[in-house]
Amino acid sequence: MNILVTPMSSVIDILLPVSFMAIFGLILAFTLVLANRRLAIFEDPKIDEVEELLPHANCGACGTAGCRAFAEKLVNGELQPSACTVNSLEMNQLIANFLGVELGNQEKRVARLACAGGNHVARRHGDYQGINSCRAATLVSGGGKGCTWGCLGYGDCADSCDFDAIVMDEHLLPQVTEDLCTACGDCVEICPRDLFSIHPASHHLWIACKNLQKGEAAEEECLVACNACGRCAMDAPNNLISINNNLAVIDYSKNKFASKIAIERCPTGAIVWLEEGVHKGPNAVKIVRKSALRVE
Amino acid sequence: MKLSALFSGNTFQHGVHPHDYKGLTRHLPIRRLPFAPELILPLSQHAGKASTPLVKPGEEVVRGQPIAVADGFVSVPLHAPATGRVRSLQLMPSARGPKTMSLILQVYQGSSQKELYDHPHDLRQLSADEIIQAVQEAGMVGLGGAAFPTHVKMKPPAEQPVDTIIANGCECEPYLTCDHRLMLEQPDNLIQGLHLMQRALGVERAIIGIEDNKLDAAQLLQDYVSNDPTIAVKVVKTKYPQGAEKMLIKSVLNREVPPGSLPSAVGVSVFNVGTLTQIGELLPHGRGVIERVVTVSGDGVQHPGNYLVPVGTPVEFLLKQAGVVDAAHEVILGGPMMGMSIAALDVPVTKAMSGMVVLKKPEPDTERGKEQPCIRCGYCVEACPMQLNPSMLGMLATSADYTGMQENYHLNDCFECGSCSYVCPSNIPLVQYFRIAKSINRDRQETAQK
Repeated sequence: MNILVTPMSSVIDILLPVSFMAIFGLILAFTLVLANRRLAIFEDPKIDEVEELLPHANCGACGTAGCRAFAEKLVNGELQPSACTVNSLEMNQLIANFLGVELGNQEKRVARLACAGGNHVARRHGDYQGINSCRAATLVSGGGKGCTWGCLGYGDCADSCDFDAIVMDEHLLPQVTEDLCTACGDCVEICPRDLFSIHPASHHLWIACKNLQKGEAAEEECLVACNACGRCAMDAPNNLISINNNLAVIDYSKNKFASKIAIERCPTGAIVWLEEGVHKGPNAVKIVRKSALRVE
Repeated sequence: MKLSALFSGNTFQHGVHPHDYKGLTRHLPIRRLPFAPELILPLSQHAGKASTPLVKPGEEVVRGQPIAVADGFVSVPLHAPATGRVRSLQLMPSARGPKTMSLILQVYQGSSQKELYDHPHDLRQLSADEIIQAVQEAGMVGLGGAAFPTHVKMKPPAEQPVDTIIANGCECEPYLTCDHRLMLEQPDNLIQGLHLMQRALGVERAIIGIEDNKLDAAQLLQDYVSNDPTIAVKVVKTKYPQGAEKMLIKSVLNREVPPGSLPSAVGVSVFNVGTLTQIGELLPHGRGVIERVVTVSGDGVQHPGNYLVPVGTPVEFLLKQAGVVDAAHEVILGGPMMGMSIAALDVPVTKAMSGMVVLKKPEPDTERGKEQPCIRCGYCVEACPMQLNPSMLGMLATSADYTGMQENYHLNDCFECGSCSYVCPSNIPLVQYFRIAKSINRDRQETAQK
C-alpha cells in the first residue's frame, strides 16, 4: 500500500510548490508591468546624453547641485552651456549644437583672496602647534596672527581646491592660478576668515585687505594693510571706492570707472591691479624682506 | 532606585582621572592684586549681544560705576573696575582671537580699592522678578567659564518648572582652586546667593555638589547649613568632567538630561559656586561684577596663588605679579583640559576666566608624541561622558564627512571636555577635529540660512 501512495504524493510535493511559485511570479510580474505603465515618469533622454558631455566634476561652479542637475537645467533651457566653467569651450559648443541653443557668454570668474599679508610682512604673536589647518588654528585664540582678519597660511584652501588652482607661495600665502580656477567656490566655503570671494576676471581693481583697524594700529600688524587713509576714495570717480568701517570698499557695479589711479594713491599697496600678475602703485611701500618675520 | 545607581556611588559613567595639581594653590588664601595702569574692558565678555557703552573717551569714572548697559535681554552691563579716566573705545585683542570693541580705562594711580558706587537694595522687599533684574544689573555671567548671562538661566521656560537648584562646587579641572577657596573663605556669601536664587526661582530644594577632594569645604558648608532643611551638601566622586552640568545632575540627582536640551528639561538649574558667591556679595549693595578670583598656577609661575583680580587686567600684568619663569612656554586661560592657549599676552582678564595655567616647555621624553592612526582600542569610547563614539567621529572627521558626524554620531552633544584626546594612545587630537567639524557645520548652516 505504502509503495503505491508514495510516488503519487511525491509528484504532488513537487508540483504544488512549483505551480505556486509560477503563479506567484506571474502575479508579481503583472504588478510590475502595471506599475511600470502607470507610474512611469518620462525623462528626457537628452539629459543623459548632455550629462555624458559634461566634465563630471560635480563642483557646483554653475550654481547647481552637480552635473546631473546642470544637465537637466540645460535641457529645460534654464541655463546656458557656458555656465559650466570646467568644460572646455569645444565641449560646451558641442552641447550647444546638440541642444540647438546659444552657447551663452558666461564671463570668466575667479576666486580672489582679500589678503596680502604673507609671513614676511604680517606679524605673528604666537606659535601655533596642532593640526595643520586654518580652521583648527582659528579656534585656538585666533591662531596667533597679529591681524585677526588676515590669512593664516595653513592652506585649507589649497587642500580644498579640486583643480589645483591654489598653491601656497613661499610666504605661506595662497596664490590663485586664474586659468585653472573654475570659480566652484570650495575655497570660499572653507576659509575660516572669509577671505575668498568669486569675482569676474574683469574686476581688475582689488582691495587685498580686510583689516578693520585704522592708521598705525593696522600697519603695526601688517605692512600691506589698508590703513583707511582714504586717499583712494578721495578722488575715485562716481564713488567707485568708499571707506566703510575703516576699510576701502569697491562698488563693482561701477567697475567701468576703475582705473590704475587708485593703486597709485595707496601708500601701503593694499589696493592692487590684477591683470596678468599683481600690480602695485609706485607709492606703495617697497617689500624687500624675503624671509618670515620672527614670532614675538 | 536602579541597581546601577547603587553601585555607581554619586557619579556619572565614564570620564577620566587626570592628575589634579591642585596642591600648588589649594592652601593659599585669596590675595588681592594691585591695579594695572591700564584696564582693557571688552564690551562683550558674555554670550549674547555686546553691551552699549555709557561713557565717552575722556570721561572720568569711579570704581563700581556702570560704564555700559545691556543691549536686550541676553546681554549684561559692565562696571568700571577702578577709578580712572576712559582713554578710548577701540578694537583690542581678545582671548578667543578676533579683535573686539573694548573700553580702555587709565587707572588713577593710588586710587582706593574701596567701591565708591553703591545702589543698595533691601533684599527682603524684592520680588522674584526684581531679583532677576538685579542680577542682570550686576552684570552677572556664569563665572565657571561659560560666560552665559545668569539672569537668563533664572528664567526657565514655563513648561519646564525647576524643582532643584544645584550649586556646582566641583571644580574638576586640574590646577584650578578658586572655587574651593571661595567656598572656604566666603561660605556666608555663597549661602546668601543660594537663598536669593531659591527665592527668584521659587524653588525649595538646593544642593551643593562638591567633589570628594574638597572635603574641608564640604564639611564647612555642611556645618553652615546644618539648621537649614532646604539646602543639602552632597559629596560626589572626584572625576573629570564632574563639573559639567549634565554630569553633575546625573551624579547628584541621578537624572539624565536628554540630548540637545537644557537642564531645566529635568527640572534642574545649575549655578557655579563662584557665581552664587558674587550674587550673595554684590546684590545687597547693588554693585556690579568688577573683580573675580583667578587661580594662577602651573610650573611656569614663581608664586602660584588665588588672586582677586579686577576685570580687565591685562594677562601680562597678572603674570608679572605672579612672577613668570624664563622658561615659560605656554599660557592657558581656564583649566588645562578645556581652557585655551593664548597667542598674545595683551588680552585682558574677563569675567568668565577662572584660571590661568602657565607651563614650561615639556621635557622631550614627556612630550606628546606624533599623531598615529586610530587603532580602534576603544579607550575614548570608555572615556566619553556623553556616551558618544569619538573614535568613529575622528575617522569621519579625517574624511571630512562633517554632516555625517552631526546626523549619525551626535557631534553636537559633544561639549569638548577633552577626555577622549586625553586617553588616546595614538595622540589623535580628537577634540580639535570635532571643533573644526562644528565650526564648519555652523558656517554651512549660516550660509544655508542666507
